[in-house]
Amino acid sequence: MDTQLKPAEKPLWREEFSVFKNDERYVTRRQLTKFLTLTSLAMFAGNAWVLVRSRLRGRAAPLPRLPIARVGEIPVDGVKLFQYPHPGEQCILVRLGDTRYAAYSQKCTHLSCAVYYARESRELVCPCHNGHFSVWDGSVLQGPPTRPLPAVRLERQGDELLAIGLSNSGAG
Amino acid sequence: MYGYEFYVDPSRCIGCQACVKACEECDTHRGVSMINFDFLDRPDSIATAAYVCFHCEDPTCAQVCPADAIKVGEDGVVQSALKPRCIGCANCVLACPFGIPKLVPEYEQMMKCDMCYDRTSAGKRPMCATVCPSQALAYVSPEEIAKLRREKPVNTFYFGEQKIVTKVFMMAPAEQDFISVDAMDYIWEQKDGYATEAG
Repeated sequence: MDTQLKPAEKPLWREEFSVFKNDERYVTRRQLTKFLTLTSLAMFAGNAWVLVRSRLRGRAAPLPRLPIARVGEIPVDGVKLFQYPHPGEQCILVRLGDTRYAAYSQKCTHLSCAVYYARESRELVCPCHNGHFSVWDGSVLQGPPTRPLPAVRLERQGDELLAIGLSNSGAG
Repeated sequence: MYGYEFYVDPSRCIGCQACVKACEECDTHRGVSMINFDFLDRPDSIATAAYVCFHCEDPTCAQVCPADAIKVGEDGVVQSALKPRCIGCANCVLACPFGIPKLVPEYEQMMKCDMCYDRTSAGKRPMCATVCPSQALAYVSPEEIAKLRREKPVNTFYFGEQKIVTKVFMMAPAEQDFISVDAMDYIWEQKDGYATEAG
């Protein structure tokens, strides 16, 4: 077993933490200060650029109107999962009464686990950390989440339910 | 740096332990001797050997240190573990082929011979070499050692397949260019198949 590494085979960490005092890469206080200042400046410039760009572009395009269910398709206290506004973004539709529906994004606002509808307590529950949301307006009832579930605004058109947008709180 | 080199010759050691005591007197590690003093084969012999750190060019102790605590100075002296960094893991104690580093439990720190850095860096001789009456530990110029001794100073060691070149010289028989220490050399197999240590 040859434990003597040739210089070319030396890993990077060995170069940076050399056992030889002369080869140590000593960082001076001035170098660190320079690094901190320049990185903060770069971050500030980046943020300013993002801000300016978003101002120039104006508001994002309105969300699509998508049919998500037929009226009467699900029973009272029944749920239906759908994807809105884009494929892959899971939402949950709950029928609360004969004519009352509510729909929310299924992503828990804590750490993005999928919430489910707990029929017996009539709450939306996140099983990961026991977060509870009101099924009536999406507000937090208990647990680690601090923000309410984004609600999907609904509209009835004939015998179809349309998702017409997202709001940060309040049932559609 | 000042034209002196360290020469170790265990065959000259008379076992007086003056080096051990002299090392203990040092103010940087008072009471803890950095000399590795061995009774070689106590039941059968009075032979003793005193060693200092050999200060390898590529020290195994520093290579295995996970805390980056052992450093080689620009003059090739391998320093004791840096107090703020050493975590007392004893990797160096286990890895050193010469068995030099010592873990001092009271300080939870590895301590080893640094060739009396405060003295040698100022051109003085290490404490052990100044007190050794038989000059088994000698800190002299190469010319002087060539004039006074018939042995040859070598600083290349083979431990199995690991080659080590050191700053400190060991006095070897004149025809030898290196010292090879392989554990397998000291183990032989008896006819009944058991491996024993050769006497």
